Amino acid sequence: MSDQNKPEIDKISGVETTGHEWDGLKELNNPAPRWWLWIFYVTCIWSFGYWVVYPAWPTLSGHTKGTLGWTQFKKLENEQAEITVRQATYADAFKNASFEQIMKDEKLYTFAVAGGKAAFKNNCATCHGSGAQGGKGYPNLNDDDWLWGGKVSDIYQTLQYGIRSGHDEARVSQMPSFGKDGVLKQDEIKGVAEYVIALSEGKATADMAGAKVFAENCAACHGEQGQGGREVGAPKLADAIWLYGGDEKTVYETVYNARAGVMPYWKGKLSDDTLRMLTVYVHSLGGGEAEEQQAAAPAPAPEAVPAATEGEQQQNATEQQPAAAQPAPTGGEQQ
Amino acid sequence: MSLMKKHTHLERNSILMLVCIIVVVLIGGIVEIIPLFRMETVIEPVKGMRPYTPLELAGQNIFIREGCNVCHSQQIRPLRDEVVRYGHYSLAAESMYDHPFLWGSKRTGPDLARVGGRYSDEWHVAHLKNPRDVVPESIMPTYSMLAKRAVKLDDMPAHLKTLRIVGVPYTDDMVEEAYNDGMAQARADSPNIDGLKARYGDKVNARDFDGNPNLTSEMDALVAYLQVLGTMVDFSDYEPAAGAK
Repeated sequence: MSDQNKPEIDKISGVETTGHEWDGLKELNNPAPRWWLWIFYVTCIWSFGYWVVYPAWPTLSGHTKGTLGWTQFKKLENEQAEITVRQATYADAFKNASFEQIMKDEKLYTFAVAGGKAAFKNNCATCHGSGAQGGKGYPNLNDDDWLWGGKVSDIYQTLQYGIRSGHDEARVSQMPSFGKDGVLKQDEIKGVAEYVIALSEGKATADMAGAKVFAENCAACHGEQGQGGREVGAPKLADAIWLYGGDEKTVYETVYNARAGVMPYWKGKLSDDTLRMLTVYVHSLGGGEAEEQQAAAPAPAPEAVPAATEGEQQQNATEQQPAAAQPAPTGGEQQ
Repeated sequence: MSLMKKHTHLERNSILMLVCIIVVVLIGGIVEIIPLFRMETVIEPVKGMRPYTPLELAGQNIFIREGCNVCHSQQIRPLRDEVVRYGHYSLAAESMYDHPFLWGSKRTGPDLARVGGRYSDEWHVAHLKNPRDVVPESIMPTYSMLAKRAVKLDDMPAHLKTLRIVGVPYTDDMVEEAYNDGMAQARADSPNIDGLKARYGDKVNARDFDGNPNLTSEMDALVAYLQVLGTMVDFSDYEPAAGAK
């Protein structure tokens, strides 16, 4: 204790002061409340126990592991295991069921739709909209107008590998850039745009200026009547549904520059079960198409389905278009 | 209360107090800093990690310049809901080439640690130009000017060299070709693409990210960066090392 600072006693309260003074105000040096001190001491002691049972101190070769062996990764694993157990009633049955069985079993179907709905909000709604209503360039999934097919196996295929996604198994096709690559002249494009709009309104006639251009350049993929071609993801043009817009300017742009929307692949990003739930959910939205009776059950052998043939069919289709084929764009993906 | 009396003694002797403070701070400092000199004990080696390409690096610089990291973290924590929403939790190794790291703890927007490959380039461009066009409820500002500005790549060799000093394994070849690699990555048909892939691996995304072949824009760089985030490690064959569990 410093001798020059003899503790001063406050006259009124009889308590020692700190010896500091601010404009005549002095601070009483009351001790901390005893209950508070005891809690403080107990927490100090508690921390030693904590060091022993939990990972605490860094060491040169890592850190002390603690006697409980706790890690955040184990904690996560346990939490996930707990959920797996809770979901097991349906999840196990779902895992082993084919799409066909899921569609028939009301409980499994409800389970799949509920799970798919949650996964959709999280991963798909960003482009397709939270109600799957789509947007410019992103297809509406509530209707029965499918680019690549609305059967369960089609949807599953699209979800797994995507469209022009860069995945080896992705659905790939490329509309030629008729204007940019100089395949068609400006007035030809204008004519065909008018023809396509007329097609969508059911007013197209063979004597229209664009009819011949359409038959020579577009019909190979989009069909003679503009009914679309699902093998190459060519949209149906003979309806009022537009992916990028049906006004003259937009259709002109589409023919001039071509469109090549990208859907990412999800295999490896989402679990297979999640992808199958999403498939059932998207199928349930309103436009789902029935599987042909003879079609192989898709679920057990997912890799087997169209992918391989997709590319060939697409090639065949482009070969049929002599005018369009030669200045084919260099990078399939770029656009 | 003898302990308290001793404390008074300590408080009233400034030199003694100073010495004690230094001792306490030193202990804290040593415990926190020394282990970091042995990074191998905290970063588990993972297959697939590679340094950013020059274009991706330019994208990261734009990401930081525009303050994207103020609202978007890049760290998926090992919590159940985060893993369900964003995917596998982030590994330390996944940000070992980030200088600075962009982990963050504040999320006004969603975490971006695994945003790569989840959306198309077209979506990213539309979203950056006007977020409301694709996400009606978004409060993100627009960054449409990025599409109009040419990305600055001529200082990339120096940039790579600097990063090499802090431990990013860029080779001499990478440094020398940095400008060409950057320009090559933003086009699908560049003659330099093979060189780029030889240096950075076949998985590198090389295409016209912003859909404008006439300009290698800042949009190209930022989208290239976003599209690679979280995609380097293949989690289908990832097993945590025994020590990390």
